[in-house]
Amino acid sequence: MRYLPLTDADRRDMLATIGVPSIDDLFAEVPAAARHDGLLDLPRAMGELEVERRLAAMAAKNTVAGAVPFFLGAGSYRHHVPAAVDHLIQRGEFLTSYTPYQPELAQGTLQYLFEFQTQVALLTGMEVANASLYDGATACAEAVAMAGRITRRNKSVLSGGLHPHYRAVCETYARFAGEELQAQDPAPGGGEDLAGLIDGETACVVVQNPDFYGEIRDYSQLAQICHQNGALLVVIVTEILCLGAITPPGEMGADIVAAEGQSFGNALNFGGPYVGLFASREKFVRQMPGRLVGETTDAEGRRGWVLTLSTREQHIRREKATSNICTNSGLCALAFTIHLSLLGEAGLTRLAKLNHATAVTAAERLAKIPGVKVVNNSFFNEFALRLPKPAAPVVEALAQRGILAGVPVSRLYPERGELADLLLVAATETVTADDIERLAAGLTEVLR
Amino acid sequence: MNEWSQALSRHPSAGDATTVQTISGNRGLQIEEPLLFEQDSPGHCGVDLPEPPSVTSRLGGLDRKRPIGLPGLSEPQIVRHFTRLSQKNYAIDTGLYPLGSCTMKHNPRLNEKMARLAGFADIHPLQPVSTVQGALELIDTLAHWLKTLTGMPAVALPPAAGAHGELCGIMTIRAALEARGDKRSRILVPESAHGTNPATAAATGYSVESIPANERGRVDLAALRAKLGPDVAALMLTNPNTCGLFEDQILEIAEAVHRAGAFFYCDGANFNAIVGRVRPAELGIDALHINLHKTFSTPHGGGGPGSGPVVLAAELAPYAPVPWIVHGAGGFGLVEHDSGDAARSIGRLKGFHGQMGMFVRALAYMMSHGSDGLKQVAEDAVLNANYLRVKLAGALSAAFPGICMHEVLFDDEFLEGTGVTTLDFAKALIDQGFHPMTMYFPLVVHGALLIEPTETESKASLDQFAAVLTGLAARAQSIKTGAGDAASFREAPLLTPRRRLDETTAARKPVLRWRPAPVQQQAAE
Amino acid sequence: MSAVRFTKDHEWVRQEGDVAVIGITDYAQSQLGDVVYVELPELGRQVEQGKEAAVVESAKAASEVYSPVSGEVVAVNDDIVADPAKVNADAMGEGWFIKVRLADPKQLDGMMDEAAYQSFVGEQH
Repeated sequence: MRYLPLTDADRRDMLATIGVPSIDDLFAEVPAAARHDGLLDLPRAMGELEVERRLAAMAAKNTVAGAVPFFLGAGSYRHHVPAAVDHLIQRGEFLTSYTPYQPELAQGTLQYLFEFQTQVALLTGMEVANASLYDGATACAEAVAMAGRITRRNKSVLSGGLHPHYRAVCETYARFAGEELQAQDPAPGGGEDLAGLIDGETACVVVQNPDFYGEIRDYSQLAQICHQNGALLVVIVTEILCLGAITPPGEMGADIVAAEGQSFGNALNFGGPYVGLFASREKFVRQMPGRLVGETTDAEGRRGWVLTLSTREQHIRREKATSNICTNSGLCALAFTIHLSLLGEAGLTRLAKLNHATAVTAAERLAKIPGVKVVNNSFFNEFALRLPKPAAPVVEALAQRGILAGVPVSRLYPERGELADLLLVAATETVTADDIERLAAGLTEVLR
Repeated sequence: MNEWSQALSRHPSAGDATTVQTISGNRGLQIEEPLLFEQDSPGHCGVDLPEPPSVTSRLGGLDRKRPIGLPGLSEPQIVRHFTRLSQKNYAIDTGLYPLGSCTMKHNPRLNEKMARLAGFADIHPLQPVSTVQGALELIDTLAHWLKTLTGMPAVALPPAAGAHGELCGIMTIRAALEARGDKRSRILVPESAHGTNPATAAATGYSVESIPANERGRVDLAALRAKLGPDVAALMLTNPNTCGLFEDQILEIAEAVHRAGAFFYCDGANFNAIVGRVRPAELGIDALHINLHKTFSTPHGGGGPGSGPVVLAAELAPYAPVPWIVHGAGGFGLVEHDSGDAARSIGRLKGFHGQMGMFVRALAYMMSHGSDGLKQVAEDAVLNANYLRVKLAGALSAAFPGICMHEVLFDDEFLEGTGVTTLDFAKALIDQGFHPMTMYFPLVVHGALLIEPTETESKASLDQFAAVLTGLAARAQSIKTGAGDAASFREAPLLTPRRRLDETTAARKPVLRWRPAPVQQQAAE
Repeated sequence: MSAVRFTKDHEWVRQEGDVAVIGITDYAQSQLGDVVYVELPELGRQVEQGKEAAVVESAKAASEVYSPVSGEVVAVNDDIVADPAKVNADAMGEGWFIKVRLADPKQLDGMMDEAAYQSFVGEQH
């Protein structure tokens, strides 16, 4: 077997050195009732060719985004990742290294995580960021928990514009941690009165910008009201590229930012692995979950980096840790860092403009279809269309015609009939004029 | 316990080879590389993008007004930057990585190729289910392998990492107890448990109580029985445990836990020792998380991403988090909401479906090994660890007598009287070209050194590692006769890109990001 | 000023009138290593004998500091918050943590004196 270096001769020698007649003797402490002799009912070992054949057959049964006009977003966005990113992250010293607990042997990992933390802080306009969490949705739940620790309050208000997966994860975590959530109804077009829900028991208000329907808002006033009441403002960002074009949460008075970083460096990957971004005011850093990399010097006075403020974490604080998290999203964070480094300030600005221009063009074209209305006042690269009939069957029909038209809101809110005619459409730099025309033609036909 | 922080202020002795001064500051292939932010060519870019067409802005007047402050570099500079950084890292691809309970086995490159097939990588989680049947088939196939390997009837796939899997498992346990109107408030955890176990229990609203180990390094059954009661929701156990020992009374443990009306959660971090030879279902466990990045070779990536699916007993299955992959007459489907069949689900634990990229890699690994190969994996893992145990018996001090499983635990008794601590010993190992083993964990022995070689180490690799450890131990012993010097250990490592780093200052005055130099300072220069 | 008393968890306490000054012992700081951070209670908080009153952290460990006496926190040492190294430099003096108004001065009776504590520490090894 190609991954097992021991030969039968090695095994014999080693058993002799150990002083037992057979390998079964090394499993002697397993109770007889639990021993499984013989082989389990699964296929036997396969060579690479055979494995490739079988997995490629499964892969071939999927409609690949790059092969068709593609307009899905709703928290996961298709961007072009420069070729250099994937080559660099596959270097063995990045791919197969461990958490940098021995800093002398891990300055590569520690330096790029320090660069990542800096990039996230700069993008979000916040003072400090951690070395990543699992994804945006769990980062959102961690933000709510952190706000609870800081304010020592138990109640949080969730905007109706929050991505339904993020809301659901917050609800799961809160239920078991004994926190109270007031989740608002998911109506597009805003109009919710979040300020009116804040009182002396509120730990935080959670808003998403742009929201689930793509609407962009200024939350500065809400931030002030939160602060007047001793509460924190948590801002969620699901399409991190938008921060290349719009005012960042830090400039609106956010206290904690939890975001999804997938758009930089990471493919759609059917939903994972992704990379959670997490940033806050510096004064809250000791309440932050996840790993933190800090700068220091070595015994020769040279600059270097280490994991720091580790006493927040489970391996030291155990049941009193800020979170049970052990793993971050290392390689995905590296991909993010490399992609964003390649873009730089100029490239990020231009890429964001390109996304917005593509989406504006798409929205204007689709709004011309009879019965179709763009719901949003504002948007970045994703907007909501109101169709003259339920969106899910329309999307299915277009899929049959080889067009992936977007995400019907009913996919995420099946129980809300009033949202059934809404379709979320994202248009990134990977969308061409031809794609837009084909979507428009297909939609026109299906709606007839 | 904290001796390491005392060793940071030593300076190298004069004439040391490591203090050779070069003009560049580089040392041969060890190249100094500044931060990206210190190499900014403003306006520069490593990506060529077309000019965006002019459109009416729909940004609602919330256009970005201030620059972000990101540096601009070209592709050659970026490639060189990250290549140089990579060269400062140790990795499995570099050499043996003996970290206990981490299972640092070879990461097959076939896995990377399969994960990058467009049919897996370039599909969106919310595409119509009819357009992703192959992806759902893959996840369902992986689920089948996990259930068959463990003997358990159900599996929850969403958790993004082992600790996330623990959270999932304990949440389903709590949901099951609440459903039967049973209010329990305590979780029992062995002293030797990994820190995520008590942290998970606390995050799920439970108080944590510790069960001591007996003199054989296993859970003290009598102590466990004494602590069990109608108030205990679950026992969280790792098997083999973090001392590298099989909990040979596990059937009695399971029986006692169940008789008390509690659930038996198993931390699957050490599954590599028993995969294919022992089915956890037959040990009486109710829930077990599996670290795909340990037993099933998905890459550690410098700290993640991981994947921690949880196999579940029938009683817990209804509470599994959504989404569920289901298989009907019309093909594969996704149950994404906690209604209907999934009405009792604990809900959602992360966005979208789970770590698909890690599922592909793990399945490629499983298919490559097959049931015969996986059994050989466990056998070779246990053989390698015992081989090291025996080769090191004279030099290091084993914490517990007798055979071990896939990892072997030593304590610092062999260093007594030398002035060398476990930390110093481990740092000296670095200069020899090896990543240190796990240190100071588990907490049940003093100055622990936990070594897990895994099955992907050759006999020659193990022989070399044993020889180095034996030599270092002898060097430490020679201090007692006046022939050796503890300073050589305390100053280690000497040969790495950085020497020991000041973790005290990093914690006292955290600097967690780069900041531009203040404008006034720049103007003055 | 009365004699210093000690607990098995390596806290010291010294009575000054109706107030107890509390810190961690020199042995404790040497075991902990460089102190990087301390978390002190807010003024006015009620602490209980044997229960957690503060936290002291090194780079790699966090330890609870248990109050040897019950009462109200009337002062906390902001100097050690600003400069945690003071705990290492002078644990028995300038590195004090909190002052508590004694709810029951008799709690100090029966606690170890210096000699008893030193011999207790000797037994730890």
